Amino acid sequence: MAIVVDEETRLVVSGLTGREGSFHGLRNRAYGTDVVAGVTPGKGGQDVEGIPVYERIAEAVAEHGANTSMIFVPARFAAPAIEEAIDAGVATVIAITEGIPVFDMLGIYWRAKEAGVRLIGPNCPGVLSPGKSNVGIIPAQFFDPGPIGVVSKSGTLTYQIGNELKQAGVGNSSIVGIGGDPIVGSDFIDVLTLFEGDDETELIVMVGEIGGDAEERAADFIAERVSKPVVAYIAGFTAPPGKQMGHAGAIISGSSGTAEGKQEALEARGVRVGRSPTETARLAAEAIGARA
Amino acid sequence: MDLLEYQGKQLLARHGVAVPDGRVADSVPAAAEAADEVGYPCVVKAQVRIGKRGKAGGIKIANDREEALRHAEAILGMEIRGLTVHEVWVERASKIDAEYYASIIFDRSEKKLLAMLSRMGGMDVEEMADTDPSALIRRHVDPGGEFASEAARELSIDARIDEDVTDHVAELLVKLHDVAFAEDATLIEINPLIVTSDRDVVALDAKVTIDNNATFRHEGLADLRDRSAEDPQEQMAKEKGLTYVKLGGEIGILGNGAGLCMSTLDVVAQAGGRPANFLDAGGGSKAETIVDALDVITSDPNVNAILFNIFGGITRCDEIAKGIIEASTRIQIDVPLVVRLDGTNSEEGLGLLADADLPRLQVEKTMLGAAERVVEMASA
Repeated sequence: MAIVVDEETRLVVSGLTGREGSFHGLRNRAYGTDVVAGVTPGKGGQDVEGIPVYERIAEAVAEHGANTSMIFVPARFAAPAIEEAIDAGVATVIAITEGIPVFDMLGIYWRAKEAGVRLIGPNCPGVLSPGKSNVGIIPAQFFDPGPIGVVSKSGTLTYQIGNELKQAGVGNSSIVGIGGDPIVGSDFIDVLTLFEGDDETELIVMVGEIGGDAEERAADFIAERVSKPVVAYIAGFTAPPGKQMGHAGAIISGSSGTAEGKQEALEARGVRVGRSPTETARLAAEAIGARA
Repeated sequence: MDLLEYQGKQLLARHGVAVPDGRVADSVPAAAEAADEVGYPCVVKAQVRIGKRGKAGGIKIANDREEALRHAEAILGMEIRGLTVHEVWVERASKIDAEYYASIIFDRSEKKLLAMLSRMGGMDVEEMADTDPSALIRRHVDPGGEFASEAARELSIDARIDEDVTDHVAELLVKLHDVAFAEDATLIEINPLIVTSDRDVVALDAKVTIDNNATFRHEGLADLRDRSAEDPQEQMAKEKGLTYVKLGGEIGILGNGAGLCMSTLDVVAQAGGRPANFLDAGGGSKAETIVDALDVITSDPNVNAILFNIFGGITRCDEIAKGIIEASTRIQIDVPLVVRLDGTNSEEGLGLLADADLPRLQVEKTMLGAAERVVEMASA
């Protein structure tokens, strides 16, 4: 079944004519994703290696039945592009763009909620359902189809863990990068809910990092609502307070948002937390019964 | 980006918030001149982004020019919890009737702005929560909506603000909310917000944080500097467009991706080492980025070993290897370098490194193995 993206995904890419947009859009198509259209204002009527480009997302929805939008537009133009996608009637918007201002996202977050549109990101690597569909920049070669769902704030850290799982002989149902910004459209809880309801997912790996309280809230949610086993990893134990560690949202404010606090919250709720990506992959592989 | 007190006050003043008349000065004579201009008594305040400046001796009242000179002399150059004072803000002393607390903060958990008000100003919020939690009145602002003056007035009444200034304080809160939106400020904290003996409502301190992602639309703000917090490596990294945070240990670290890089620091610490820095080379980095990164890392005199932890997704490991080889011809690297390359094009990358046969470079296959090795090298 997989979550968020699968064989039914019909993708329209905002920013397909850009350097990054065309590179990853075409990679997604090569993987087997049904990339039906691109959108770049002023370039409607052109095509990118056979993928038609339109002025507006709504045209791609009307002409090709696009149901998922990927945003690959530079940060200062990304907010209107996401709003356009929400209004165009797609079910899912996956925003890869990094660097969107918080106040832009404040409006968009609630607008997506109101419209019932699932927003993933921004500042995320996208979603991969191995063997089915890849939307975003996740390198698919490190992931095989299998029973482990992964939800993560970080890209490369996820590839690291995915690759170790693959070496242990275990694959993934879906890998969801929720993004490292202070406001993201879908939180751990949203994705955990989807994995809980997904037949293919037997175990969930959750990869968090310092900043905010999404991991702490997820810990409560897991204890109350998730029946499947969850293994977690938290990055940033050595991060000093008040410093932004790469991701806009990765910052300890005063005494809140620390890695210790998150680990304690998760362990108090019975979630196993790996001390390194390697140990996390091992715990997950062992729990699923594979020979590590 | 955190603004200094005076930068925050100047920003608020531009939006019509009342602040005491003041001048910024970076030398003793300039401070005395500023004091003459604002008049006596005045307050000489150290400009560093850290609380409890007063207790550390960074805030002094001057009744005449001689005192202003003496205070400026003492405060400029002093260290407050590791930060050197490069500037003072000299402002007209205020006659204080009451001290309140007011703030507008972006509440990440609720994805809304949060307005807070208390009549117990002067202490920090944590202290307030310990002393009397009921004194701090909190209210979220409806998403997308504006902060209505009626809601602000209710907040002001609930916080038991003196009746004659209830409306003034409410107006100020609405103004702070509008400033937050106009300037992309994720935090504006006024503590204390004072009522003067003339019953004017004035911001006596200002803590303002601007969203780094939004500086492109605020020309003046992007250029504001906080010299007290500047570190030579952080400055150098900024100029080269690298994401770098100084951590103070001996092991220089480079990773690709923020999460993997943070994780690398953690495993190095678990192996008994002390990371010197966080440096995220980013996705798809080219050889040139690696040369720049090594330049910054090796300029830190504390660094005695370096770890490269790369998991290539979009990043190609052969590009990283080329960067390391190129850097070794352009800059002097006197410390051992442990490299772990995995993922996209790792075989090509490892092949290039083997051919180059750099004297102080060692390759490790796994992240944990690399962490242990670099800690060993650093303590050798």
